[in-house]
Amino acid sequence: MTERAKTVSAPPAARAATPEPQDRRAPLWVVRGRMDRGRYIGFALASFLGLLVVWALIAAAGTINPLFLPGPLAVVRALVAWWRSGDLWADIGISVWRVMAGFALSAVIAVPLGLYIGAYQPVRALFEPIMEFARYLPAVAFVPLVLLWFGLGESAKIALIWIGTFFQMVLMISEDTTRVPMAQIEAARTLGASNAEIIRLVLFRSAMPAMLDTLRITLGFAWTYLVVAELIAANSGLGFAILQAQRYLQTDKIFVGIMLIGIIGLITDQVLRRLHKLLFPWLP
Amino acid sequence: MTASVVLQSITKTFPGGFEALAPIDLALEPGSFTAIVGASGCGKSTLLRIIAGLETRSTGRILIDGEPVAGPGRDRTMVFQDYSLYPWLTVMQNIRFCRTLAVHARGATDAEIGDATRRSVALLNLMGLARVEHAYPKQLSGGMRQRVAIARALMARPAVLLMDEPFGALDAQTREVMHDLILHVKSAERRTIIFVTHDVEEAIYLADRVVVLAPHPGRIDSIEDIPFTARHRDLRLDPAFLSLKRRITDRIRATAGMTSDLDDLKSLTEPAG
Repeated sequence: MTERAKTVSAPPAARAATPEPQDRRAPLWVVRGRMDRGRYIGFALASFLGLLVVWALIAAAGTINPLFLPGPLAVVRALVAWWRSGDLWADIGISVWRVMAGFALSAVIAVPLGLYIGAYQPVRALFEPIMEFARYLPAVAFVPLVLLWFGLGESAKIALIWIGTFFQMVLMISEDTTRVPMAQIEAARTLGASNAEIIRLVLFRSAMPAMLDTLRITLGFAWTYLVVAELIAANSGLGFAILQAQRYLQTDKIFVGIMLIGIIGLITDQVLRRLHKLLFPWLP
Repeated sequence: MTASVVLQSITKTFPGGFEALAPIDLALEPGSFTAIVGASGCGKSTLLRIIAGLETRSTGRILIDGEPVAGPGRDRTMVFQDYSLYPWLTVMQNIRFCRTLAVHARGATDAEIGDATRRSVALLNLMGLARVEHAYPKQLSGGMRQRVAIARALMARPAVLLMDEPFGALDAQTREVMHDLILHVKSAERRTIIFVTHDVEEAIYLADRVVVLAPHPGRIDSIEDIPFTARHRDLRLDPAFLSLKRRITDRIRATAGMTSDLDDLKSLTEPAG
């Protein structure tokens, strides 16, 4: 009560000194608040730059042996040397190809299988528990078996990436299908749609945006299994280069390899996000 | 174009033994508008879903124009409360969705295709959707979305139109507009309509007959014939309308075993002792 009395009796001069609260710009620090795109990009760039600066400072301080942590300049030099040797593009190319082949082989089976798991309970009962089991099998432990089954060729590397990606992908795709609203399915059913038509015209169409998101996320899984896959008798590729640099203690080249994988991942991720917006303009 | 609906001792017991519907017998005239009301849990939605073939019945028969039916069929299309539109299709594509199904489109002659096209345009206009023909559902208000859902259901030329609380998610003003629109649809299309709602006023305003279901298990408590011939906004304030509304509301409360709100309020506000 006294608080209110004070405000009311305050002289005009005092009121002018404390400006009235304005709501023109939304505050940044609000739970589930908003942020415009420009500022978002600014913050994102700042995080990358910040990391770079901290890294450069630590390297310049010279307290850490460059064998453990090479500086940014040493890493750039390693990149140039890699490029000059003529292997860089070949290594990137073969790794991208392996990842894409393993990933595509996963998707080609996982999308229809996940769709049918989400559509029919018997299919779910047949496949879902076994997929839940399989996704806990450590892909790395399959290296000797894959060697035995597929030999030393490209198929072994692709198989390992497939093992690391497929089971997770099936379960996520079936989850996407399960989330299609029941009313969409039942509306089609009362309009006279057959089961096949409901799957083709409703389930698949409705789940497509979520499926593309799933593919984007599982493509990341595929990249994480690349290095393991290139453990298997490879003589080229980013993962192979990292492993070989390890043998010769070329820490700077290891850094280049890791960063290249990160950058390729970031680019494909952005491309898929853009594709998502382009393909599904009807999304809220 | 329109059909009679006969329900013969429909019952529903869910797995686990929950008895949702005791034997229900009901006969609906062709072109009639029946509203089903009742306390929550009385099985009114379950009954509608059984008629639609979306839910199995434990016993009983459903006759459409004297023919027994089983499972869903294009002769009984349903309008849901929400989330039933296809967000990737435009308004017009949603309305014409049934034309992409084999049961409607296979072997259609040119005359039938032309007829369907004319019908979709007519429905678009009837529902006041001409201006948003190419919009996606996300761009529409809740009321406009339900107009599309109704037009889509009518596009299939059902003998019976089933509506499951179609305006339950709309605000009061939009609801009243939708009521007059539905009455307009009824006179233009002459379909048998079964309309489930928890809103007694809505039921009386729209229907020729109001069926009150009692819960545990769901069964017909009473049937009210609605005497009003003309519908207009003032009807909602008519003493006869209000007393009918009062009577049906009291029946629903009695069947649910609800005490008066005032008694509860007293027990909350008055000190114990």
